[in-house]
Amino acid sequence: MWWSNLFAGMSPSNFFNFSFLPKYASFFIQGVEYTLLLSVVSVAISVIPALILALMRLSKSGIVRTISGAYISLFRSTPLMVQLYIIYYGLFSLIRIPSYTILGFIDITRFIPGVVALALNSSAYVSEIFRAGILAVDQGQMEAARSLGLSKWQGMKFVVLPQAIKNILPALANELVTMVKESSICSVLGMSELIWGAKTVASTTYKTLAPYVLAAIVYFAINYPASKVIEAIERRMRRGDRR
Amino acid sequence: MATEGNPIIDVKKLTKTYCGGRIRALTDCSLTIRKGEVVVIVGPSGSGKSTFLRSLNLLETPTSGQIIFEGTDISDKKTDINLHRQRMGMVFQHFNLFPHMTVMDNLILAPVKVRHEDPEKAKERARELLSKVGLSDRESAYPIQLSGGQKQRIAIVRALCMNPDVMLFDEPTSALDPEMVGEVLEVMRDLAKSGMTMVVVTHEMGFAKEVGSRVIFMDGGKILEDKPPKEFFENPENERLKLFLSKVL
Ligand SMILES: Nc1ncnc2c1ncn2[C@@H]1O[C@H](COP(=O)(O)OP(=O)(O)OP(=O)(O)O)[C@@H](O)[C@H]1O
Ligand SMILES: [Mg+2]
Repeated sequence: MWWSNLFAGMSPSNFFNFSFLPKYASFFIQGVEYTLLLSVVSVAISVIPALILALMRLSKSGIVRTISGAYISLFRSTPLMVQLYIIYYGLFSLIRIPSYTILGFIDITRFIPGVVALALNSSAYVSEIFRAGILAVDQGQMEAARSLGLSKWQGMKFVVLPQAIKNILPALANELVTMVKESSICSVLGMSELIWGAKTVASTTYKTLAPYVLAAIVYFAINYPASKVIEAIERRMRRGDRR
Repeated sequence: MATEGNPIIDVKKLTKTYCGGRIRALTDCSLTIRKGEVVVIVGPSGSGKSTFLRSLNLLETPTSGQIIFEGTDISDKKTDINLHRQRMGMVFQHFNLFPHMTVMDNLILAPVKVRHEDPEKAKERARELLSKVGLSDRESAYPIQLSGGQKQRIAIVRALCMNPDVMLFDEPTSALDPEMVGEVLEVMRDLAKSGMTMVVVTHEMGFAKEVGSRVIFMDGGKILEDKPPKEFFENPENERLKLFLSKVL
C-alpha cells in the first residue's frame, strides 16, 4: 500500500539496532554519570541562592522584591541555551579555570560553566518552589513566633521553614528530574553528558537513530521511576498531615 | 483600684487604615492600661478589636498615633520591637502552636532562642507552669494530639514561659467546642488573680463581668465606652452599646 513506504525507514531494526553497544557502551555509561553529576550538583547549589531569592521576594521592601523578581523573570523568560552560551562565552571568558578532570572524563573547564549556568537558571525556578512552600504555611505561625520575641529570621528558621520543607522537598525532587532532561542542552558546548555521547556514537557509526533511542530509554529509565517515587512520598506526606 | 497601678501601656490616638486609607480599621483610639488591670474589649464583628489588640505588640503597624509600653514608644520605627515583644505574651483564637514541635519544644523555643536561657532551666520552669494548668502529662505530645482546650492552655503557658508583664488575648475561646471553654477561662481567671495585667478580646460576657476591671466597647473602629463592668452592663449610655448588649445578653 502507498503508506507502507512512509514508514520504511522506521523499521524496528533501525530503532533498536544497538549493535554499536559492545564497542561504545562507555559513551553511554560515562554520559549518564556526567548527566547525573551535572544535574545533582546544579540543583544542590541552586538551593542557597533560591532561598535568598524567595526571602527577598517576600520582603517588605519594594526594591528588594523587584531585584529578586527581575532575576526570576530574566531566567524564566529566556531559553536555557542562550543563558548557557552567555555564561560560557561571556562570564567564563573572564574567569580562567585550571584544566583538570574529575573521574577521568569530566573536564572541569566545561563542567563548571555548565554547573553555574544550570544552577543560576534553576535558582529562579527553585526560588518559586520555596516561595510557594513558605506561603503555604499558615501566617499565624510567624505571628506566634514574632509575638514571642523571635526575629523575622528566627521565625523563618525555627518555625516556618521546618514546616515549609514538606511542601518544598517533592517539588525540589521534581526540579531535579527536569534538570536531568534539561542538562542535555550542555552537549552543545561539548560537555560529555548523555546526549553528547549519543551524538558522538551516531556520527562515528553512521547509525543516526538508534543511539538517540537508547539515550531516550536511559532518560526514561531514570526519570520515570524517580517521578513515581516522588509521587508516592508526596501522597504519604499528605496522609501524615491528616493524622 | 483601676487608677492605682502605674500605666504599663499607653495608647495615644491610634489610627490604622488598610489599602492606602480606603479601609479605616481604627480611628483615634486612646487607652491607658495600668499594671494589674484586666481590660476586656467587646464589640460587634469588624469593629476593630483584633486590629487594636494586635497593634499593642505591633503585629499591626499603626498608621498614626503612638503606643507607649513601659515608658518606651514602641511604635517608633527605631525601637527594637523584638525586645519589647518578649514582655508581652499573646494568645490567638486559633492557638497557633508549632505543629512540628512537641509541647515542651513549643514552650522552650523562645526562652532558649531569644533569651538564651539554659534549656534545662527553661524546661524546669515550663514544667512548673504546665502543672498549674493541669497538663504535666502532655509535655512530649504533639499539638495534633491535643484537644482544643488543651491546645489553648498550652498556648497560654507558652506565652507565660517568657515571663511577660502583659498578656494579650484575642478571642481565646471562640474556636473551642462549648465544653472546653470553661477550662480555658479557668486558667485565665487564675492568671488574673495572680495579678497579671491582661487585655482580653472576648464574647464571653460572664468573664467580662466577673474578671474584668474595665470593659471597653468598640464599634466602627472607635472606643465608645470604657467603664468598670458593673456600670458597663447595668447603665450603658451609648446607644450602640445598648443595642449590642441587647443582642448578646
Ligand atoms: N489585613 C487587612 N486588610 C484589610 N482590611 C482589614 C485587614 N484586617 C482587618 N481589616 C478590616 O478592619 C476592620 C476591623 O477588623 P478587625 O479584625 O479588627 O475586627 P474585629 O473587631 O476583630 O472583628 P471580629 O469580631 O470579627 O474578629 C474590618 O472592617 C476588617 O475588614
Ligand atoms: Mg477579631
